Amino acid sequence: MTEVTLQEPWATAERQRVAVQFGMWLFLATETLFFGGLFLTYAVARFSHPAGFVAAAREAEAMFGTINTVVLLTSSLTMAIAERAVREALVPLARAMFAATLMLGVAFLVVKGFEYRSDIVKHLVPGPEFTLSQTGASQFWAFYWTATGVHACHMLIGLGVVTRMLLIPAADLPGRSTTAEGSALYWHLVDLIWVILYALIYLVGR
Amino acid sequence: MSTLEDTGALAREPGRTSFLTEGGTTVRSWLLSTDHKRIAFLYAAGITFFFFLGGAAATLIRAELVTPAGDLLTADEYNRLFTLHGVIMVWFFLVPSIPTTLGNFLLPLMIGAREVAFPRLNLFSWYLYMGGGLLTLLSLLLGGVDTGWTFYTPFSTLYSNSYVLLAAAGVFVVGFSSIATGINFLATIHLLRAKGMTWMRMPLFAWAMYTVSLVMVLATPVLAISLLLIFAERAFGLPIFDPRSGGDPLLFQHLFWFYSHPAVYIMVLPAFGVVSEIIACEARRRVFGYEFMVYAMVAIAVIGFMVWGHHMFVSGQSPFASLVFSFLSFVVAVPSAIKVFNWTGTLYRGQIRFSAPMLYALGFVGLFTLGGLTGLFLASIPIDVQVTDTYFVVAHFHYIMVGGSVSAFFGGLHFWWPKITGRMYSETLAKFAAVSMFFGFNFTFFPQFILGYMGMPRRYHEYPPEFQAWHVMSSTGAVVLAFAYLWPLFYLGWSLVKGERADDNPHDATGLEWQTSSPPPKDNFAEPPIVTGTPYRYHAEGFAPHEVRPIHAPQDPQ
Ligand SMILES: [Cu+2]
Repeated sequence: MTEVTLQEPWATAERQRVAVQFGMWLFLATETLFFGGLFLTYAVARFSHPAGFVAAAREAEAMFGTINTVVLLTSSLTMAIAERAVREALVPLARAMFAATLMLGVAFLVVKGFEYRSDIVKHLVPGPEFTLSQTGASQFWAFYWTATGVHACHMLIGLGVVTRMLLIPAADLPGRSTTAEGSALYWHLVDLIWVILYALIYLVGR
Repeated sequence: MSTLEDTGALAREPGRTSFLTEGGTTVRSWLLSTDHKRIAFLYAAGITFFFFLGGAAATLIRAELVTPAGDLLTADEYNRLFTLHGVIMVWFFLVPSIPTTLGNFLLPLMIGAREVAFPRLNLFSWYLYMGGGLLTLLSLLLGGVDTGWTFYTPFSTLYSNSYVLLAAAGVFVVGFSSIATGINFLATIHLLRAKGMTWMRMPLFAWAMYTVSLVMVLATPVLAISLLLIFAERAFGLPIFDPRSGGDPLLFQHLFWFYSHPAVYIMVLPAFGVVSEIIACEARRRVFGYEFMVYAMVAIAVIGFMVWGHHMFVSGQSPFASLVFSFLSFVVAVPSAIKVFNWTGTLYRGQIRFSAPMLYALGFVGLFTLGGLTGLFLASIPIDVQVTDTYFVVAHFHYIMVGGSVSAFFGGLHFWWPKITGRMYSETLAKFAAVSMFFGFNFTFFPQFILGYMGMPRRYHEYPPEFQAWHVMSSTGAVVLAFAYLWPLFYLGWSLVKGERADDNPHDATGLEWQTSSPPPKDNFAEPPIVTGTPYRYHAEGFAPHEVRPIHAPQDPQ
């Protein structure tokens, strides 16, 4: 293993690694409570208006959702390989895998864009044009737009994080294994949240 | 122990430098510094600005309330002013006050670390704080917000014609600054304690920072999501809380108070830490029941997450839920009471020095007790139904947040001022400020308990003439209080320029932070300290101080 670049105030690479992991897990705890609040709104709406809510969920485009789930799960695999490759100092492999993760992430957003277009064409944005009339239907779609929008923002940040890994000069990359680990943890969290969203949005009422 | 004393001596060598000059003296070197001590100064500048801005709003509110008629402000202006006061004071002063200034400066020193765990994140959190502050400030300059600091739906999302989005965005951003600070402190405490600094040897202030960080990290994201949902509903018309399409406005209140009740502990746990340090040192006593003090803080942080429903007794929440929340609110009072008993126990048979920091700390204990007891009134459903949304509630939370937290903040500021700046302040002038604050505070807020009990509702700019005497009393007290807040600006400012140089340990305190020079060097300690015992070595264990060799510490620094 190569020397890890030390940051203030750490004396050893091992300690620094523990710190980055610890800090990242704390951030993930924060994120869990953030999305927890969102999932609570889902639970309350579905509990209050089960029929309208589930009927509205049937309008969601399961095809796009499923493709995106496959894309994102694959990106988690490439990210995991990239992180491991950085640790083993396999620079070309690591960069290829980061690039693959980046591309899969962009693909996710592109598919999401097509899905949004289809939703808008079908008048599924709550408001004066909204097509569904049952009580609870607009609750589902309010959740849909908020949750997928917030998730997409997390994806954008994730893309930034992966891009940053790609911008590290090849020679320095093996020294940045803690950064790679932190980035991977974040990416996996965003992926995991999508898996939950997939079940909540596309599998309800099917 | 000899290791520790040597460190101070080394740093006192002639030609010593401190963090104030090491690393450059340009503005740029401060704004881009990742030194936790400099970041504490950056935060201090920010919170001072916002404190006086929020204070200006309070001044106008109290001026309006001198007469029963709404003659100074219109109802709408009044709404915007108390919202401004609440938003600024809660998120831009009280929540960050002690952790980001005293905490940033002292936590690494107290546990014998060179830095916080993530120095760059620490600087970034200050920029988030300022960014959020500027967004909120912009909303105020454009015309303000009229929802109250609670942003209740559906008013905030459907009806209010004010700059809700901008203000909420500012609070959202500043929330992430608190989360970053929390993560940083938790990692620092877990991973950077000096050799020998076991968990049960940590100063109570460090424990306070630990527990407050837990609450910051776990509660603030829920505030973020509730503001984000407001944003989604107001900006994009997504009817999340809109009852017309099946949404539930109560859900917003649940989310909001899930953060905002623990936020009370974000404001008061650091105060517990500060007061414990001051009382132990100024009474020359080991902290009575140290371990229980620690467990009490942890218990408060945990149980504090389970009581939010006591803000919703009259909101239409189920009676069973109200019952459970009422019970848990009583439960959380137990560890708070343990702390009050232990502070008194620490004072017992102590050699008490009535210095300025001690006066603030003693004031804290009294005011916090009164605030806490009236909190029990409010936790009991029948009384709460009677006094909901009256001045009784206003008085109660000001006793906790202003009487409690702000007193402790000023106490800590004075106590550690010599360490932080390397200068002494005038003890006489400071005592005068501390006493004025105590009397000014009670004069302002005690009448509000009576007003609330008599039925005066909060958030009104007009009132029936029979309440006037109490309001005049309150406004007069506010003048004294304003003086008590402005006065330290003068003598502390003077001390910065002309103050006598401080010793490394002017209070004869035994915490690790006093073992390095005043002000500390950039790397905090010349040698990494090794800890061999408790931070409270004011007398031999098992004895009261007068039974062993008395410690002669200077009573008055002048
Ligand atoms: Cu509360």
